[in-house]
Amino acid sequence: MRELFYEIAGNLRNNKLRTVLTGFAVSWGIFLLICLLGAGNGLMNSFMGSVADYISQSITVRGRWTSKPYAGYQEGREIQLDETDVAWTEGPRWAPTVNNVTRQTGSTGVTFSLDGNTVAGQISGVMPEYREQEKLKMYAGRFLNQDDLKQRRKMIVLSLAQAKELSPKNPEAVIGRWVGAGTVSFRVVGLYYTDESSMYRTCPIPYTTYKGIYDTSDKIGSITFTLDGPETKSEHEAFEKEYAGALRLRHDVAPDDWRGIWVNNGYTSNMEMNDAQRYIRTFLWILGLLTLVSGIVGVSNIMLITVKERTHEFGIRKAIGASPAQILKLIIAESVTITALFGYIGMFLGMIACQIMDKTVAQDAVDIGVAKIQMLVNPTVGLDVAIEATILLIVAGTIAGAVPAWKAARVKPIEALRAE
Amino acid sequence: MLIELKGINKTYDNGQPLHVLKGVDLEIERGEFVSIMGASGSGKSTLLNILGILDNYDTGEYWLDGKLIKDLSEKTAADYRNRMIGFVFQSFNLINFKTAVENVELPLYYQGVPRKKRHEMAMEYLEKLGLTDWASHFPNEMSGGQKQRVAIARALITRPQIILADEPTGALDSKTSVEVMQLLKRLNQEENITIIVVTHESGVANETDKIIHIKDGIIGEIEENKAHQAWGGPMMK
Repeated sequence: MRELFYEIAGNLRNNKLRTVLTGFAVSWGIFLLICLLGAGNGLMNSFMGSVADYISQSITVRGRWTSKPYAGYQEGREIQLDETDVAWTEGPRWAPTVNNVTRQTGSTGVTFSLDGNTVAGQISGVMPEYREQEKLKMYAGRFLNQDDLKQRRKMIVLSLAQAKELSPKNPEAVIGRWVGAGTVSFRVVGLYYTDESSMYRTCPIPYTTYKGIYDTSDKIGSITFTLDGPETKSEHEAFEKEYAGALRLRHDVAPDDWRGIWVNNGYTSNMEMNDAQRYIRTFLWILGLLTLVSGIVGVSNIMLITVKERTHEFGIRKAIGASPAQILKLIIAESVTITALFGYIGMFLGMIACQIMDKTVAQDAVDIGVAKIQMLVNPTVGLDVAIEATILLIVAGTIAGAVPAWKAARVKPIEALRAE
Repeated sequence: MLIELKGINKTYDNGQPLHVLKGVDLEIERGEFVSIMGASGSGKSTLLNILGILDNYDTGEYWLDGKLIKDLSEKTAADYRNRMIGFVFQSFNLINFKTAVENVELPLYYQGVPRKKRHEMAMEYLEKLGLTDWASHFPNEMSGGQKQRVAIARALITRPQIILADEPTGALDSKTSVEVMQLLKRLNQEENITIIVVTHESGVANETDKIIHIKDGIIGEIEENKAHQAWGGPMMK
């Protein structure tokens, strides 16, 4: 093996310019492939990665306004879920698929005030499971707990953005303080993290507290639950159709009127997100591979010329005992070496380019008024891509060298010795 | 009997059939130092290619050291060439981007001999031919005589049954030609290596012990030349 590489090194040294020009095409192809994948990853991280952080693995149903007349009712009727829907959802019909059923009240818009600073917000009564379901990330303090719920404590969790408005110098100082909200006040127990792209302003208080202050009826804003059973996308969709259809019929809503009772299915959303990511990745790979093809053709072309030029040498080798297989091996190994060597240079430069993108473009956030959006988030490629690219390079080198190697192996020793 | 040819026929067909060898019968004993002599177009190069398993023949039989050399696969032919035959060519046929010692090592590389072992052996043969100082030089840094001695070292390193030399002095001046022929003669006498020299020069042929004349694809006169009287005195051009 060492001798083989020594042989190859000798030949490549002999033709420096040609080797470099050939290799450049491969380097360029791999460079573009890595840059494309890096930028693609950056875009996907920006538009989907952050969204995926907020998609919970749960299903939420919520009453809205009907969009179709049904069962003698006009369209435009407001649908209100209530406690019986919770009991029905928890009931035997959906067991054991439906689990962890929780409810959330509607919401009430208020203005919070503290030390003369004010900020707007939506108060909503929730269960302690809300944090997990909505994937809230706590910045400081704690979330609501069962004791808050049982004792109907006037506790509230604010967003970090709101805390910054109320206490610009030290947002964390808000924790433990009582903030005014119209005629009542709440004690802040924690702050949840919002990035600048989020417009999240819902402020959770205990469900029971909300029911005592804002809404004493048995009306419910939304029902959230997890599923145990459906695996594939179609199974999830089938369940959603069956459950939502039945729930709509309970409220005399057309079974397919998704505006009447709205379903937010975190499972299928996640799957669709993953599908979209896979499609984009595949597309970028195909683009990159097409670029690489020109490089491979270039290597193959040069190897053909090389073989032609070295016919005499192969003749000598054969005369002194090289078998066709050994000649074949030599040429393919040479091709793989050129492809891999320059491919790695391209990959290395591509990764540097990704790092430069990360340090420059990815640092700029686009201000869209209500929020700031980072165009590229972590536009780099991982070890998996490096390994895939390595395999790709070896395969590409073998393909590029195959035809020339076959030609070289078929050289007849006498013909070769004659060519001088 | 080391080499036995029985009724070898060879026809080239490049548009028009060309009958080059017309039933060649030839026997060469182990340890002989013979020359095959003929004008260009006589079929001597074709005969050499067949003897060297570089080319096939149409009919007849070629026995080399008790093995029938006929319709071999390329792989077997390569293996036989490697182990049984050492080639010395008119134009040396060294690989230009390899040093002298690397060129000499190459046949052993194809035998799978470890790097260190074959380097030692190559150095040993270079020393035998007085080229130790030139071991790490490239062919284009050497004179014709030196190059031919490197080629002879390469031919010897696998300890072949026969050395086939195709116009070994064709590209050398007369002084060097004499040296190369002396070297071949010495190898034949001291190491008992069978050597077949193909040439069209009577001066070269005269240095060998037996001269086989070939004309129009048929073996003609076979001259015993132990006394080297066919051409009186030292070899000249």
